[in-house]
Amino acid sequence: MRFFEYYAPKTLDEAIQLLVRHGEGAYPLAGGTDLVTKARYGHLRPRVIVNLKRIPGLNDIAPEEDGGLRLGALVTLAEIARSLLMGERYPLLAQTARKMGSVLIRNLATVGGNLCNAAPSADMAPPLIALGAEAVIVGPRGERRVRLEKFFHGPGQTELRHGELLTAIRLPPPRPRTRGVYLKHIYRQAMDIAIVGVAVLLQFDEQEAIAEDARIVLGAVAPTPLRVPEAESVLIGAPLTEDRRLEAARRAARAARPIDDTYSSAWYRREMVGVLTRRALEHLVSHSPER
Amino acid sequence: MKYPLTLKVNGETYRLEVKPHRSLLEVLRDELDLTGTNDGCRTGNCGACTVLVDGAPIPSCLMLALDAEGHEITTIEALSAGGELHPLQRAFVQRGAIQCGYCTPGMILSAYALLQENPRPTEAEVRRALVGNLCRCTGYVKIIEAVLAAAEEMASADVGSR
Ligand SMILES: Cc1cc2nc3c(=O)[nH]c(=O)nc-3n(C[C@H](O)[C@H](O)[C@H](O)COP(=O)(O)OP(=O)(O)OC[C@H]3O[C@@H](n4cnc5c(N)ncnc54)[C@H](O)[C@@H]3O)c2cc1C
Ligand code: FES
Ligand code: FES
Repeated sequence: MRFFEYYAPKTLDEAIQLLVRHGEGAYPLAGGTDLVTKARYGHLRPRVIVNLKRIPGLNDIAPEEDGGLRLGALVTLAEIARSLLMGERYPLLAQTARKMGSVLIRNLATVGGNLCNAAPSADMAPPLIALGAEAVIVGPRGERRVRLEKFFHGPGQTELRHGELLTAIRLPPPRPRTRGVYLKHIYRQAMDIAIVGVAVLLQFDEQEAIAEDARIVLGAVAPTPLRVPEAESVLIGAPLTEDRRLEAARRAARAARPIDDTYSSAWYRREMVGVLTRRALEHLVSHSPER
Repeated sequence: MKYPLTLKVNGETYRLEVKPHRSLLEVLRDELDLTGTNDGCRTGNCGACTVLVDGAPIPSCLMLALDAEGHEITTIEALSAGGELHPLQRAFVQRGAIQCGYCTPGMILSAYALLQENPRPTEAEVRRALVGNLCRCTGYVKIIEAVLAAAEEMASADVGSR
């Protein structure tokens, strides 16, 4: 790695001022699992590193008055996996965190770093978008909020302008009779980047026969996470028959815009979007074990 | 330019001056001569560099040394302090869970952290805890056996001492 200046500010204001003062070439540091690797191999040449970990209040999981939750940007994946509050209110997120990296990586990696790094394969993005999460952004001109669905602009590109930090993710109150699942396709049992990720969230009616709402969000098959409204709409308001589930899976596969790379061909990714969407729906409808 | 760093490792406090782009792994090995922590992939994939930070296992190749300020670092050297092997270390030796030994310090620290949290893990739990520690020699079976055997020994020793 090359030399950079290092700062560990104790307040958010100080961190923002440092980033503004040093301009491009200044990077915030969270867990470092993406940043340190990229700096070591020259994919990034940071001139200045601003460590966010000494700033209080960025790593809390805090219930909010409306019944929602504020997830600090510096909360680690290990904390999400283990948090009782998470497990109770948003089991989908705890389940997703357990599918990421290894114990070692999860102890360092943060949810904010996963989102700001903006890899198309970032596992936290599809389930958070499905849950209707909002990004809380603080910069030189104060705070603003953006729906996470709009946060991603392309690989490595986000809504954040220079000097802005992601401070938290806001989750709306969990909705009743809602079940979700995130299926991640990889070639081995663990420790791999998603070839395809599919998050599906269904809100059932009282009889659990019909979905009142549905969300389908795909990862790793487009420059940004991709919500598929045309697949969601097939599922809402009518019995979740096999035919409808297959139609939703077909539409999700059609919506994907995958690329060929060293992990997978585009063709295989598209096929697997269909397969994973079908499996996710089967799992949610029948309570069958996850596959 | 170097930055001052106060590092707590295995109960000792060290006052150092380090370059900001040095990883915790590099400082442990090159400045403190704690060479039990091994240098493998430097990308967070192999686990050879595992150390405990406040009890939690992390890949020290991905942590900046300056970022470790204020935390308690534990390396493999601490486990046999006083010259006695830890039950995990003994179990690894006795069961042939070590061949070249390159992965072993990391394996043992990951297993140690698991047993602190979950003294009687199932085989599946042991496998999941060691996902980030790769071994190119043993095929893992003996490693899993050794961890389970050590867990049993430690748990019964615990009961005995009460
Ligand atoms: C071995 C290994 C396995 C992995 N497995 C997975 C996996 O299974 N799934 C997956 O999705 N990812 C995986 N990753 C990638 C990585 O661990 C995750 O993306 C992680 O969540 C990144 O978080 P971090 O805190 O380490 O980010 P950092 O590396 O600290 O930061 C990442 C980027 O975001 C910026 N940034 C960080 N926090 C903020 C903030 N609050 N505001 C503004 N900008 C910010 C940084 O400047 C940097 O550019 C893996 C990485 C490794 C090394
Ligand atoms: S050397 Fe750190 S994980 Fe391989
Ligand atoms: S014993 Fe050689 S790598 Fe594990």
